[in-house]
Amino acid sequence: MSEDRFPRGRTAIVGTGTWGMGEAPGLSSLEIAAQASLAALADAGLAPSDLDGVFGCLPDDMFAGLSISEYLGISPRITDNNRVGGSSFQTHAILAAMAIEAGQCDVALIAYASNQRSASGKLVSASTPFLYETRYRPLTPISAYALAASRHMHQFGTTREQLAEVAVSARKWAQLNPDAFMRDDLSIEDVLGARQVSSPLGVRDCCLVTDGGAAVVMVSAERARDLRQKPVYLLGGAAETTHRWISQMPDLTVSGTAEAARRAYAQAGVSAADVDVVELYDAFTINTILMLEDLGFCPKGEGGRFVADGAIAPGGRLPVNTNGGGLSCVHPGMYGLFTMVEATRQLNGTAGRRQVAGAELAVSHGNGGVLSSQALLVLGTAAAL
Amino acid sequence: MQTPSPDTEFFNHLRDGRLMIQRGVESGRFVYYPRFAEPGTGKPLEWAEVSGFGTVYAATAISRKPPQGPYNVSLVDLDEGVRMMSRVEGLPAEAVTIGMRVKARIVDDGDLPLVVFDPVEAGA
Repeated sequence: MSEDRFPRGRTAIVGTGTWGMGEAPGLSSLEIAAQASLAALADAGLAPSDLDGVFGCLPDDMFAGLSISEYLGISPRITDNNRVGGSSFQTHAILAAMAIEAGQCDVALIAYASNQRSASGKLVSASTPFLYETRYRPLTPISAYALAASRHMHQFGTTREQLAEVAVSARKWAQLNPDAFMRDDLSIEDVLGARQVSSPLGVRDCCLVTDGGAAVVMVSAERARDLRQKPVYLLGGAAETTHRWISQMPDLTVSGTAEAARRAYAQAGVSAADVDVVELYDAFTINTILMLEDLGFCPKGEGGRFVADGAIAPGGRLPVNTNGGGLSCVHPGMYGLFTMVEATRQLNGTAGRRQVAGAELAVSHGNGGVLSSQALLVLGTAAAL
Repeated sequence: MQTPSPDTEFFNHLRDGRLMIQRGVESGRFVYYPRFAEPGTGKPLEWAEVSGFGTVYAATAISRKPPQGPYNVSLVDLDEGVRMMSRVEGLPAEAVTIGMRVKARIVDDGDLPLVVFDPVEAGA
């Protein structure tokens, strides 16, 4: 395999925006994405006319990049709708970093939004059924993650209480975030007693179904220095796709994040021990446990014990999903871009009451499909360069 | 001549009452779901009848509105080394456990036959 290079520290996120967090009745997905994009541009002190690269997805529009560009009134040099599920946006950022480094574009927008809660009340899927799974009536995607959870519990002794601890920790962070959709108190007992959906997962082990949009703006490191916000540099970024359908996943206890993280950390010249804040894609409680292992924060199989006793809650040993995550903040079908927004806000010091003091290095992780495609970014402040 | 779809061949074998899985002609490695070529190598595949014995690798019980009880969805590792999504029948969904030995059975299910599994009695 060729050397895995990344333009470390050569590009930066300089603006973030969100819109319609939770519920945005009466708005289309494109309208929410446009509002989030305008918010991100305003955050950076830029206008739509500054953009010449557009990356994005919408739940129901295969031509999302074209639609977003047209709506904003721009003619980008690079337009990309690359779609690998909820990890699409980390992949977009990797491609945007390479494009900016190569001079293929100067100012890149990454945008996503969905109105799924108000429009249909459930996940909008652009996926074809799979002949060798659909006929057994798994709930998509919940049962795939339930199968992974069942295997993790069997193999490593992970408990439902440890899964519940993930949901409770996310809720405690959400209670510090005025944008989070669910902020009422949640106990381990509440999670365990919630309606069962696909064992071992109950409804409080599952992400929210909300509306919402997010956007970020990326530029070169040189350009970033003249803009409003403290730049958040991309130090590394890597992805790995292992399968499409859960029955084809080689090992349900190891995701492609393990391999992607190894490469992203090597690009950045860091290890998990250096990371101050982790924003990972928690579609279900098992994800947080699996990803903390695969991102190297604990050995394989120890994730359940790692999250116990409030270890990833506010005041714990590792701040994880400080916005409340997909479990308690927002989950409009694909959540990956929101981990980039939150990691950026933690690093540029705009995270309000949930700000992690002295955060210099963060991971933004995305998960797509049914643990199928994994991607992450290593982000840092100027101090981490 | 039209190339037959591997999917069609798989279901035709099931209609004949045989669980046939493809394997690499050279490697002998079994492959599921049906394909035109061996994953990775791209080399030819042939059909072979398998024992139908397997082990539950992962299991979930999916809730339904009462009074209906939950139903099982499992991933089963066949002894020949491939993994299938299926369900284990003949016991409550919650009683299907990882590591359970099971055996395949072909059932009618609308237009296409379906492979399900039954628990194997200890010592059978």
